[in-house]
Amino acid sequence: MSIKASTRLVDGVTIVDLSGRITLGEGSSTLRETVRDLVSKGQKSILLNLGDVTYIDSSGIGELVSSFTSVSNQGGRLKLLNLQKKVHDLLQITKLYTVFEVHTDEAAAVRSFQ
Amino acid sequence: MADDKSLEVKLESTLDSVDVAEEMIKEFAGQAGFPEDDVHQIGMAVRESVINAVVHGNCYSSQKKVSVAVDAKDERLTIRVTDQGAGFEYAEVPDPLADENLLRKSGRGLFLMRAFMDGVELHRLRPEGMEVVLTKNFRAL
Repeated sequence: MSIKASTRLVDGVTIVDLSGRITLGEGSSTLRETVRDLVSKGQKSILLNLGDVTYIDSSGIGELVSSFTSVSNQGGRLKLLNLQKKVHDLLQITKLYTVFEVHTDEAAAVRSFQ
Repeated sequence: MADDKSLEVKLESTLDSVDVAEEMIKEFAGQAGFPEDDVHQIGMAVRESVINAVVHGNCYSSQKKVSVAVDAKDERLTIRVTDQGAGFEYAEVPDPLADENLLRKSGRGLFLMRAFMDGVELHRLRPEGMEVVLTKNFRAL
């Protein structure tokens, strides 16, 4: 199974609900195109909900980092929500937990953009 | 750990082969008696190794194959991933944990292999190709 992405707007924050696998190929490209589309539309507060993301490989990590930098370069902020344990562990061992702002509560995450 | 077993496949240099290799090795490791967390880590290490072989080694060439061989013996799982590409020098791969590299898009595959396996060896083959040997020790529960 690859990835599915849908977006919704909550109090000015675009929440991207992702499910499936963010891996080399379709998974990474779907994430890339979704974030690129949001940035091109001027969305500067983006929250990636990874609650249903079961697997990320090094390409998926690279895509998360790339998304983070592209949003930051446009003056926006990209944050993460609801990491499953394996994804959480992966961000820890790659030291990216220190780069991303990670939340476990959606309402609090949305408020953090204000 | 189950009795000595081994398996070898030759795969096309495509992204589909990455999934095939990962699932094959995970099934093998599970049947050999590795717990779920280890099976996940082994599968991910193999995934990263086969990605390197397909993408950086064989450059998706239809003329080149990726060989994946696995055996379980002497309380250890050993996986060999071999490509037919030009190979690379490990010293040339930047440390992905260095502050200046944290935001790089790529360069974490080998690091993840080392994080998840007990042993990772890289061998340049003659006249061409790279062999990555991944080992995971069986731990008594």
